[in-house]
Amino acid sequence: MTNEPTMQAEPARARHPARRGGLYLATALFVVFSALPFYVMLITTFKTQADIFTPTANPFWFSGPPTLDNLRLLFEQTLFVQWLWNTLLVGVAVVAITLVLAVPAAYGLARIAGGWGETLGIGIFLSYLVPPTLLFIPFSKVIAFLGLQNSLWALVVAYPTFTVPFCTWLLMGFFKGIPRDIEEQAMIDGHDRWSAFLHVVLPLALPGLMTVVVFAFTLSSSEFIYALAFVTHSADKTISIAVPTELIRGDVYHWGPLLAGALIASIPIAVLYTFFIDQLVAGLTAVARD
Amino acid sequence: MAKLSIEHLSTTYDHGRVKAVDDVSLEVPDGEFLVLLGASGSGKSTLMRTIAGLERPSAGTIRIDGRISNEDPPRLRNIAMVFQSYALYPHKTVAKNISFPLEAIRMPKARIEEKVVWAARLFDIERLLARKPRELSGGERQRVALARALVRTPSLFLMDEPLSNLDAKLRHSARREFKRLHQQTGITTIYVTHDQVEAMGLGQRIAVMNHGRIEQIGTPRQIYHEPANTFVAQFMGSPPMNLIPDGDTLLGFHPEDAWLPDTAAPAGQYPLVIAIQQVEALGADVLIYGALAGDGAELILKLPERKAQTLAAGQQRSFCVPEARMLRFDARTGLRIDAPGRPAAQA
Amino acid sequence: MARTRSPLSLAQRDTLLALGMVMPAILYITLLLGIPIILAVVYSLNDVTTGGTAMRYIGLENFTALLDTPDFMRAIGNTFNITLSTLVGVLVLGTIQAELLMRPVRGKWLIRFLILLPWTAPASLSAIAWLWMLDSTFSPIDWMLRGMGLLGHPGALFGDFDNTFWLGRSGLALFSIILVNIWRLLPLGTVIILAGLNGVPRDIVEQAQIDGAGYFRRLFQVILPMLIPVFGVTILFTFVFVFTDIATVFILTRGGPANATQVLPTLAFFTGVQGGSLGRGAATALFLLPVLAAVSILTLSLIRRREI
Repeated sequence: MTNEPTMQAEPARARHPARRGGLYLATALFVVFSALPFYVMLITTFKTQADIFTPTANPFWFSGPPTLDNLRLLFEQTLFVQWLWNTLLVGVAVVAITLVLAVPAAYGLARIAGGWGETLGIGIFLSYLVPPTLLFIPFSKVIAFLGLQNSLWALVVAYPTFTVPFCTWLLMGFFKGIPRDIEEQAMIDGHDRWSAFLHVVLPLALPGLMTVVVFAFTLSSSEFIYALAFVTHSADKTISIAVPTELIRGDVYHWGPLLAGALIASIPIAVLYTFFIDQLVAGLTAVARD
Repeated sequence: MAKLSIEHLSTTYDHGRVKAVDDVSLEVPDGEFLVLLGASGSGKSTLMRTIAGLERPSAGTIRIDGRISNEDPPRLRNIAMVFQSYALYPHKTVAKNISFPLEAIRMPKARIEEKVVWAARLFDIERLLARKPRELSGGERQRVALARALVRTPSLFLMDEPLSNLDAKLRHSARREFKRLHQQTGITTIYVTHDQVEAMGLGQRIAVMNHGRIEQIGTPRQIYHEPANTFVAQFMGSPPMNLIPDGDTLLGFHPEDAWLPDTAAPAGQYPLVIAIQQVEALGADVLIYGALAGDGAELILKLPERKAQTLAAGQQRSFCVPEARMLRFDARTGLRIDAPGRPAAQA
Repeated sequence: MARTRSPLSLAQRDTLLALGMVMPAILYITLLLGIPIILAVVYSLNDVTTGGTAMRYIGLENFTALLDTPDFMRAIGNTFNITLSTLVGVLVLGTIQAELLMRPVRGKWLIRFLILLPWTAPASLSAIAWLWMLDSTFSPIDWMLRGMGLLGHPGALFGDFDNTFWLGRSGLALFSIILVNIWRLLPLGTVIILAGLNGVPRDIVEQAQIDGAGYFRRLFQVILPMLIPVFGVTILFTFVFVFTDIATVFILTRGGPANATQVLPTLAFFTGVQGGSLGRGAATALFLLPVLAAVSILTLSLIRRREI
């Protein structure tokens, strides 16, 4: 493209005040559409029982003094903390397994494999599209066969089947972005390929590794169907199935703690995910770029 | 066909902190081929983009064919532009690329077809009409861009470094094409480049730009032989002009004006005793890198090959330059000082 | 450091290393995906229940029986309906939202975070939020509609009951599921399309301006055609994530009222896990595969053929 810098002065049309106001309004509408349920969860978390269960009360603001009762109930009278802990454990374990499997695989495919590396890479990526909803029935038999039913280990074994394909694909893109020159320089300077990989390539691929960590963690913390099928014991549940199944008993909805639990569990995952969303998009659109 | 008038034009960024174009005034008569010459960041591209309407000026006026065009969006200015990348629409065929501007003004279909064929013939790309840009070579893409630009007879034709994407061999023939084109169509053209050889070859007038300002406008001859200041003097020429400190002035001369006399200090010549450091034989010419005896000022001389056969590194030889060919510049301001009594000519 | 000469050539060592690095992942995936897939096929061809371990080969009986079940046919219809409606919603709204996000605006990071929330928050948990938003008694949406006079009195646009039964009336329940899916997938579509918009070279848009094209001509003739690969990616992933989704329907309606919102994944779950009929359940879920394969292959070839 041109040699001149890509800075540009303000485009003339955005200066028109009415047009600008219209754009702001449209953006605001989209923001409200997206965030409204979360806002409502936030408010309801601090509402009193009476306030929540009055249909005519304003759902978007308090009709009485805000209270910490729902939070107290959630943390003290349910296994919420246990569930959060379970989710964290599973997440960390899955991240570890994913890194161990996906990082070398991605490097091997990106660098050494050449032509068939590309096709194999797409094949691995496509295995990400095999839906868990297809597999959960027979998979639960495999889990039972391994003696892992009703434990968190079932999830630790099952989740890499979708984190590894996706993260391998993502990392392939990262490794391809590291110039071959640098590795070749390392090999001239005395490393063999594996050692060059460890000491030179991995440190440069750190952003990619962080992305994998975040995605493996968020994917495993959001997963629903395997958790629903493999774990039925209350104390062993992870947060994404515990909140819908344990805080709703039959027809009784404890809305206060329920919405509080849903909100508290969602936000950290959402924040983490947001930081790396650009890498996600790059990985997804890379399928179109080859 | 139109003339272009620019008065005190400024384009700034970052709340006025960066002055990409700084108080530029320019009159381009109808039909002229003007070259904006400058290094990266000199403001030449920004100036052209402001003329095109892609950047908004922060001060000054632009008049295209007499009409004040500051507020006009690009599509109302009836200009044509060729980008450095040629900006061909990748998903459209060559024919559709060329017809795009005509469709935008809603010309009837039959007429559009006529004009597309006419433009394609003009650039000898008729056989490429059904192809897509990705199937074309660099030279072919350029011709498509030109065809698209001229298909609707614009008032003004802007070109942003159109030759930099071509290999060196193609550039010569492309330059010839541009010249012929301009002779044929007579459209007022503004051509941006950093290559001073291109500028000299193509321009009827050249505007040398630096830091957003025009250092000098003139014919190639004027720019080369009568530079207004040391910046212009050293921007032009390959190798650039030599400058020797002389009191509080600088003496300048072109490397090719130096020659090797048979006798010592002939009349009307400025003597140069030079310790030769390196000799570069470039085929038709020889470049002599040396230092002036006395103050050691570093100089480059250019002699025809047959005249330089006795020269070698390590020698100390006497050259000279015709005094009439030497220029004097004020060491402090850089402005050229003409013969005493006459002020230096400006743009 | 003395270097011993390996008996293998450099190329051979490289290939060995590549195999060593790639094998663990491939083995893991092949085993833990491959075995369940094979089992799924085996189950679907047998009469299997969760009770015993007995398996009776019945060939395609599970499949033919399903095709005779109106609930199953309805589930297929619902799955396609929900998926395709969501797709259209996400494409249209996503393009609009992406265009809006291209403009410079203050607080961009906060806006991005909020707009991304529906996708970045776990699906089951945001479904809980919608359970409240669409509740038959306490819905905040109903509260707003009542306040605006559109609900709760005779002749009102949304009916004269005090509540719209978003999840309780069959047509409305389906609509609600579609709405929640659009809400959830919109951020993903938006960021993908936004990446595509940013990838359109600035030169080409400016050339179109100079060539005389107004806003709409530029949009439809220059920009959108260049976005086809990116639309393809959006279609592929939106389709896959909605077509195979179980959480939304499971939590909001459990497939009801009276199977009105049943989709293939939930039907498979209820038949196989709760009903105990593993063969039937597996067969139900297997219907997902050919559709997914077809859509993936179609969109991928469309995307890659369009490469500019």
